[in-house]
Amino acid sequence: MSLEVMLNAAGLAFVVAGARWHQADAQVMFLFILAMAAAEVSVGLAMVLEIYHRFKSLDVDKLSEMRG
Amino acid sequence: MELAFYIAGAVAVVSTVLMLTRLHIVHALLYLIVSLLGVAVVFYMLGASLVAALEVIVYAGAIMVLFVFVVMMLNLGAPEAEMEKDWLTPGIWVGPVILAGVLTIEVLYLVRGSTAGLGAGGVEPKQVGIALFGPYLIGVELASVLLLAGLVGAYHLGYRKIEKREIRHVADIDEGRAATGRDLVLPGADRPARTA
Repeated sequence: MSLEVMLNAAGLAFVVAGARWHQADAQVMFLFILAMAAAEVSVGLAMVLEIYHRFKSLDVDKLSEMRG
Repeated sequence: MELAFYIAGAVAVVSTVLMLTRLHIVHALLYLIVSLLGVAVVFYMLGASLVAALEVIVYAGAIMVLFVFVVMMLNLGAPEAEMEKDWLTPGIWVGPVILAGVLTIEVLYLVRGSTAGLGAGGVEPKQVGIALFGPYLIGVELASVLLLAGLVGAYHLGYRKIEKREIRHVADIDEGRAATGRDLVLPGADRPARTA
């Protein structure tokens, strides 16, 4: 969710700059950011579900099987 | 008009800060939705109406529904149900509802007034479309490939292997034919008779 906020902030910066200099490119970039956020959210939430089913917990500290 | 812009921006910032400081994820989600709607209003006032509409539809509509769905799905069982009942006390709604109400009043005010945006700095959706499918065509293709990869990845991660027990049909094997002494074997002839 924090990632969503950050992506949104980046998109907002793009759109504000585009409105300032009357460029359409900024909104195009925002559309790309939107598509990227959608793909990332779908994969991320699927991973969260898988982790929950495997470990019965969402505690990140428990995911220490792969000890580096 | 400028005042409305600053109000929308303030709503977005305040709801984002409140979202980041919530301890329960459902409360944070409520504030995040309000924050996205506030950003959408800011977009509209900057003259980027296409992006504002997409923000509401895709972000606040689709992605947030996905988030709420997964968060609710992870909390199954009786103790969690009690916990959820605890989370969603009526007092929780007050903050997001006030912020969303401010945004609603603002949108109604903007729609009634015919002017759109601060100054005339708007970029029309037509220009965006021309740019999108002109010089950025390769980007569109890459985005579609990315979305396809996301779809396949999410499907693969969410796929749970169903145990398949293969029941071999007696007519498929030669022993079945030899045991019954003929080619025409009734299905299930080699299985024990089902007793009630």
